[in-house]
This record gives sequence, structure tokens and C-alpha cells, in this order.
Amino acid sequence: MALLTVEHLQVNYGVIKAIKDVSFEVNQGEIIALIGANGAGKTTTLHTITGLLQARAGRITFDGVDLMKTPPHKIVSMGIAHVPEGRRIFQQLSVYDNLRLGAYTRSNPREIADSLASVYDRFPRLKERRNQIAGTLSGGEQQMLAMSRALMSRPKIMLMDEPSMGLSPLLVSEVFDIIREINEDGTTVLLVEQNAKKALSIADRAYVLETGRITLSGPAVDLLHNDQVKKAYLGE
Amino acid sequence: MSFISNLIGGLSLGSIYALIALGYTMVYGIAKMLNFAHGDIIMVGAFTIFTAASSLGGNPFVAILCGLVTCVILGVLTEKIAYKPLRGSSPLAVLITAIGVSYFLQSVALLIFGSTQRPFPKLFSLSPIRIGKDLVIKGESIVTLGVTLVIMAGIMLLINKTKIGKAMLAVSEDKGAAQLMGVNVNRTISITFAIGSALAAVAGLFYGLTYNFIGPYTGSMPGIKAFVAAVFGGIGSIPGAMIGGILLGVIENLSKGYISTELSDGIVFAVLILVLLIKPTGLLGKKIAEKV
Ligand SMILES: Nc1ncnc2c1ncn2[C@@H]1O[C@H](COP(=O)(O)OP(=O)(O)O)[C@@H](O)[C@H]1O
Ligand SMILES: [Mg+2]
Repeated sequence: MALLTVEHLQVNYGVIKAIKDVSFEVNQGEIIALIGANGAGKTTTLHTITGLLQARAGRITFDGVDLMKTPPHKIVSMGIAHVPEGRRIFQQLSVYDNLRLGAYTRSNPREIADSLASVYDRFPRLKERRNQIAGTLSGGEQQMLAMSRALMSRPKIMLMDEPSMGLSPLLVSEVFDIIREINEDGTTVLLVEQNAKKALSIADRAYVLETGRITLSGPAVDLLHNDQVKKAYLGE
Repeated sequence: MSFISNLIGGLSLGSIYALIALGYTMVYGIAKMLNFAHGDIIMVGAFTIFTAASSLGGNPFVAILCGLVTCVILGVLTEKIAYKPLRGSSPLAVLITAIGVSYFLQSVALLIFGSTQRPFPKLFSLSPIRIGKDLVIKGESIVTLGVTLVIMAGIMLLINKTKIGKAMLAVSEDKGAAQLMGVNVNRTISITFAIGSALAAVAGLFYGLTYNFIGPYTGSMPGIKAFVAAVFGGIGSIPGAMIGGILLGVIENLSKGYISTELSDGIVFAVLILVLLIKPTGLLGKKIAEKV
């Protein structure tokens, strides 16, 4: 059974039908890429999974539990972390406070301290700046903080919404390396990206989203060589 | 010597404003709304203490507890019934609702207690403190100031050192992101209203002890002044509300003492306008965080 299953999802903003029919599944241990042009509905899909938006119809199941019947604040403790589009770190709080909020649903201080230590290990920059106000970090550091904050909940799956947005090419490569590392450490990843080439290069499988519908899916390597994908998303 | 007693009177008056302003600013920070009914919670608190003291055998602490509990329940219910359904709609609709709630509370008090001012019970017999030959400080002033300082310290600790405090800061900055951390946003907002209303009950107590009379409109002027204090200190800023409230009380009392009783409110507002001209975000108002 898949870890996360989305079936025939429909989401509206008022009368605007943003998601018309989206189905996909994510298996334990995979990196799944969800690619599509601006406005295709990628962010809406992720927001509906984590309860920031209500679906009009369809089903979302995680670990056998119906997510649509789960109160939003309980979704995190089930093992889902969401690194939102635009990072949305708490700009006025310190780096440390941001990380602690990432562990909001956890209660064992020893385990939280262990997670914090491993985040600081992976990102020494965050350790150096732990008492700094997060809004003063550079864009790259803020992305590292957003990913670390999500890791602090010790998730089974991480949903990442355009983690490479607005970063220099060097940082983009670093971000994708980190995503691969997180996955190798055992966390399943659902990656939303406009940078289709990079996303497909690290993903196991991928889905193409076009104006609220899945139009194509398959192993990431196949999509990398698919003519349609090449033309529309890889600029070849 | 009269300067010092004026100053202490101002600090004590300012403490009442600060307690109310704290509620205004915390609710504004978290719910992004101006709760214009907040002043009337003070009145409800004062009348509850008044009623409880005269009917429950006169134990002052039981009466105060009744006031606190009533205000907390009222504040939380108001949010759930009147404001929560409007979350996400236009700020103007919320503002008008808050004004409606304010009139509603005043009317209910008018129906129950009538329009004549009632004498507030002397809950404690506090003797004035005499320093030197002619400096006399009212016991109520000392208690008001002392208790307010303790409450302020408590609020600062709560906000900065506890998990619920961090959750409040997170919700006030970005509700969606806070929810993604697993914060129960509705509960956090309820807790904020509860704290603000409890502070209003304490303000109602001190108002009654200071002015000795209460009526259905008792809350409205202190409410407006406390709102001014919150803006003066920087709306949304907790230390700002504290400093703004205290300064406002001191300015008001010194104006009464040295310039004119009639002009004192005018002077208070003139100072507010001056501060906002020089620093539009108020004394401790937050800079808008730069986005990278
Ligand atoms: N808050 C909103 N109100 C109305 N329409 C929205 C809102 N957010 C997104 N949309 C619309 O929903 C569609 C999908 O948007 P989104 O999920 O943000 O796409 P993507 O993340 O793929 O760029 C777009 O047509 C967008 O204009
Ligand atoms: Mg998007």
C-alpha cells in the first residue's frame, strides 16, 4: 500500500476550479516529482494535503488514515512535514525559535535536542546564526532553515514546494543534494518544482500537472526523455 | 512633593491603561482585528465583582475570581460567536461587528443595572502611605502599580519563554505556517482572547478601586485611551502597550495637575498625533521585515 494516496481530488477557490481531477500515489522511500507550469495547481494540491485548503471532492489517505477527516493541526504529528512555497519561515523569530516550532508536536526534550544537534550538524551556518532573527538570513539560508524546520518534526514524508525558487544556480544544486540526502536518510519526498530538469534528475517517478489535471506520469528517467516533456518543461 | 504624588497617580492610572492596552495589542497581533468591545469587558468585570462582592458574603478574592472567570468566558465566546465566522472577510466588517458587540454589552448592563452609577465596593482597606511631611500616596495606587508590574513580567515570560507563547508569536506572524508546524490556530486565538479578557477584568477591578463608581459606560473611555496607548506604543507590540499605557497615564495625570483638567484628554491625543507624525509605527512598532 502506498504511503500517500490522492484520488480524484477537486479543489476550488470560490468559483475557480483550481484542481479538477488529480490522482497520484507516493510509496515509502520514493522521491516523487510533481511538475507543471505556473498556475497548474501544484501549490493548491500540497495545501490541500496538509489541510490549509479544503477539498471539494476526492480522497487523501496517509498511512491508511483519511486525511480529510483529520484536523489540520494533527496532520503534522502523523508524520507529514510541508516546506511551503516562499519558505514562510517566521521572520521575526530567531533561527532557534523557528527550529523549535518545527518540533512543536513533539514532547520528549532529549529527542528534540538530538534532532536539533543533527540539523546543526548538517547546517553549521544555522548553528552559527541560531540566535539571529530569521528575517535577516539570506535567501539560501532561509531555504535551509525552512527545510530544517520541517525536519524537526521527524517526518515520514516531506512535501517541498519549489525549494529552488529564487536561488542562485550553485545554491539550487546544493538544495537538490540536500533533498537527496534527506531521502537517503529514510524520508519520503514529494517534490513540487518548476525546475523540471533538476527535479526529474533526482526523482524516482514523476507526475505532470496541467491546469488542474494529471496529464502524464511515469518513471522520472522516461519523462526526462519524453518529447512532450522536453518541449514543454525542459526547453529543448 | 505634589509632583511625586501626581506622578505616582499617573503611574497607577497608566497601569490600568497598560492592562487594557495589552489585551488590545495581543488580540490585534494574533487576530489582526481591533476589538472595540474590549473596553466593555472591563465594565463587565467591574460589575461582576460588584455583584459577587455584595451577594457572596463579601470575600474579595472570591469576587475577583468571579470577575476573572466571567470575563474570560465572555471574551472567548465573543470571539467564537461574533469574530471567528468573519475571519478572512473585510476588516471593516469585523470592526463594525466589534462596535456592535460593544453596544450590546453596554445595553445589557443598562438593562440589568440601570444608568445610575453604582458605588464600587471597598474590597480592601488600604491605608495611604505617608512619606515625609506632605507626600501621601494612596494605597490603591501602590497596589495597582505593583500588581500590574507583576502581570507584565508574567506576560513577557509567557510570550517569550513558553511553548504557547511561541505559538502565539508564530500565529501572529503567519497563521498558515503556524498550522504547518502543528499549532492549533483556533485554540491559540482563544487563549489570546482569554488572557486579554482576564487582564481587562483586573483593569476593571483597579478602575473600580480608583474611581469608586461604575456604570454601563465605565469601559468606553478607558477602552479608547488604552487603544490610543496601544497605538502610541506600536500596535501589536507587547512592551509597546505596556510603555504606551504607563506614559499615557502619566501624561494625563500631569496635565490634570499642572495644565488643566478639561484639556488633559486633548493633550493626550495631541501627544499621540505628535508621536505618530514622527514615528508612524508608534514608539516600539515593528519595522516591516524585509523580504529577501
Ligand atoms: N488564493 C487564491 N484565490 C483564487 N485563485 C487562486 C488562489 N491561489 C491560486 N489560485 C489559482 O489556482 C490555480 C492554481 O494555482 P497554484 O496551485 O498556486 O499553482 P502552481 O503552484 O502550480 O503555480 C491558478 O489558476 C491560480 O490562479
Ligand atoms: Mg506554486
